Amino acid sequence: MEERGNFFYGITTFSDIHPWKFLVIIFLIAYPGFTSDFFTFQIGSYSLILGTIALSLMMLAGYGGMVSLAQMTVAGFAGYIMAIFGENTVGVMGLGWPWWLTTITAILSAAIFSAIVGAISVRTEGIYTIMITLAISVAFFYFVRQNYQIFNGFTGFAGIKPPTLFGIYWRDPVPFYYLTLFVSSAFLLTVFYCSRSTFGLGLQAIRDKPRRMRALGYHVNWHRIMAFFLSGLIAGTAGVLLVWFNGRISPGSIGVDVVIDILVIAVVGGLRNPIGPFLGAIVFVLLENFAIDLIDRERFNTVIGIVFLLVVFFSPDGLLGLWDRISRRIWFKRSVRDINRRAQWEDSVASGSIDNS
Amino acid sequence: MLRFIERHTFLSIIILLAAVLLLWMIFAVWPEWLISAIGRKKTFVITLLNGVTLAGLYFLVASGFTLVFGLMRNVNLAHGSMYLMGGYIGYEVSENSGSWFLGLLVAFLVIAVSGILLQTIVFRRMEKEELRQTLVTIGISIIAADLMLAIWTGTTYQFSPPDWLFGSAELPVISVIKSSGKVIFMKYPVYRLTVLFVAVLVGIILWIFLNKTKIGMMIRAGVNDREMLSASGVNVQLVFAIVFGIGAGLAGFAGVVGGTALSIAPGEDVRYLLASLIVVIVGGLGSITGVAIGALIIGLAEQFGLAYFPTYGVVLTFIIMVVVLAIRPQGIMGER
Repeated sequence: MEERGNFFYGITTFSDIHPWKFLVIIFLIAYPGFTSDFFTFQIGSYSLILGTIALSLMMLAGYGGMVSLAQMTVAGFAGYIMAIFGENTVGVMGLGWPWWLTTITAILSAAIFSAIVGAISVRTEGIYTIMITLAISVAFFYFVRQNYQIFNGFTGFAGIKPPTLFGIYWRDPVPFYYLTLFVSSAFLLTVFYCSRSTFGLGLQAIRDKPRRMRALGYHVNWHRIMAFFLSGLIAGTAGVLLVWFNGRISPGSIGVDVVIDILVIAVVGGLRNPIGPFLGAIVFVLLENFAIDLIDRERFNTVIGIVFLLVVFFSPDGLLGLWDRISRRIWFKRSVRDINRRAQWEDSVASGSIDNS
Repeated sequence: MLRFIERHTFLSIIILLAAVLLLWMIFAVWPEWLISAIGRKKTFVITLLNGVTLAGLYFLVASGFTLVFGLMRNVNLAHGSMYLMGGYIGYEVSENSGSWFLGLLVAFLVIAVSGILLQTIVFRRMEKEELRQTLVTIGISIIAADLMLAIWTGTTYQFSPPDWLFGSAELPVISVIKSSGKVIFMKYPVYRLTVLFVAVLVGIILWIFLNKTKIGMMIRAGVNDREMLSASGVNVQLVFAIVFGIGAGLAGFAGVVGGTALSIAPGEDVRYLLASLIVVIVGGLGSITGVAIGALIIGLAEQFGLAYFPTYGVVLTFIIMVVVLAIRPQGIMGER
């Protein structure tokens, strides 16, 4: 049985979910008020950005069944577009377009880039997708490292700044935090919404039974490419935020370790629910910043690798799955009620369906 | 062969013509117009040889990868780490014992054993969960890369193979004929030719192993239908362990061979993982012939890209991958 909240089954009542959600929202809004700039910027904003990139992966993997390792590459592509069409201090390219035009160009071209990645990989399925997208992202990494005319090779670009708007410089910790919070929650809600829309339901159906959907007259590949396009919008926007956050972009920002970090974040958090990637991102960023107190800074990758392995071994649905299991044990009665309700619902769906594979 | 010619007459004629043209380009003395068109003959032939020897190396790495996939449907993304690990272990052993061949052997054995352990301890627990297995291999490769960096640091290591592998051999290929009438022959490093020779040898051994032995028969049966094989009384787990051992061992072996041809340093794992991925995507997963073809295409593309349009070399490789995927998603020799 799929470990998902009632949310998706359309049988949610308000009393079922809301109290803790309200608390989280209030906490997130009040967060900069009681923390230092470091926590707001380096922990808060950074987690939200990484979470958004991982969200784009979660959307593809969780709903579409396509584990794409090219999400960070898409985000990095948007970042490179920002540097190339906007302004940078390196003296290569930097066409000096106005910020809003550059941003739109960056996000759209990232989405198109993602759609192309999708078009290349959708004809194959399952682990082939991982292999192809990994090959694409590594090839892109080597390409930008070798290419000095456009991508300024090994050095990359620096000095990419967000605009000053309404008298606020948007890279200051607090405004930037609210910017990332706004963007990421907007995308979170969009993904929630999409998952219940006709498109999202179609995507999930394609994930489960592509052949049957084809027989029903769906254009399976276009559906998948569209999903890649949408996830490219998310990843591209996050990429713009990321390049504003770092102020610079180089091949190192899209190297294979970073690409895999995004997968780690999504898997550790849980691929079943859009909240998962953000949870994973928070854990990842906290580990990145504070694991060095426990062990050598250089060995961070070992720590994150072990965490990743433990999650894959013991809780394939990530921390959210773990949480589900624990909370179910605590709220045993409630979960029995849930399971009964869900079973009823699934029976009503299952009856009248012919199973094949 | 004959059937192929009967079925694809036109294609065979083109292949034959291309082969004749290639032979002519290798052995003939180039006329002026050709040199002015695509540069000196020496560059061309050396690039060709570099491409073919690189293909040999890619074949060594990717054949293990595809062997494991073909039987177990397990994409071992830690394959690059095994390559690098083999290189380091081979280096340590050959430096301490003074024998390069001992290093080669130990690298093969140690990595093979690590592969068997991986299969028996980890992958057996999650059979038929391909995605989870792949994620585990990613986790392992993260940890392995970090630990190797901790032990061997970021330094580049250079092997010292036996003396007779050093130096260069004169090939029976004329480079240029000087105005004095003196004929100059092409020279090429012996070691790189050895790599090619070893790759071909390994290819032949693998072919014999898979096609003429009983275990090979079981492996091929397992590739086609795993359930049926175990139903007919074969200990599938044992076959899995053997295949994983050989596949991993080949990666370690390639680590020493490739490390000697180039060098070993952090980051090589990703490079060879990428090479294996593209080679098997192009050639078709699970087929040894496919790997040979894929390795040849990618090796040549990479070297010609490097020689004739340096900054866009990677793009060439990439375009080949995309074109193959567009025409034959399962790869050139792959089956559905």
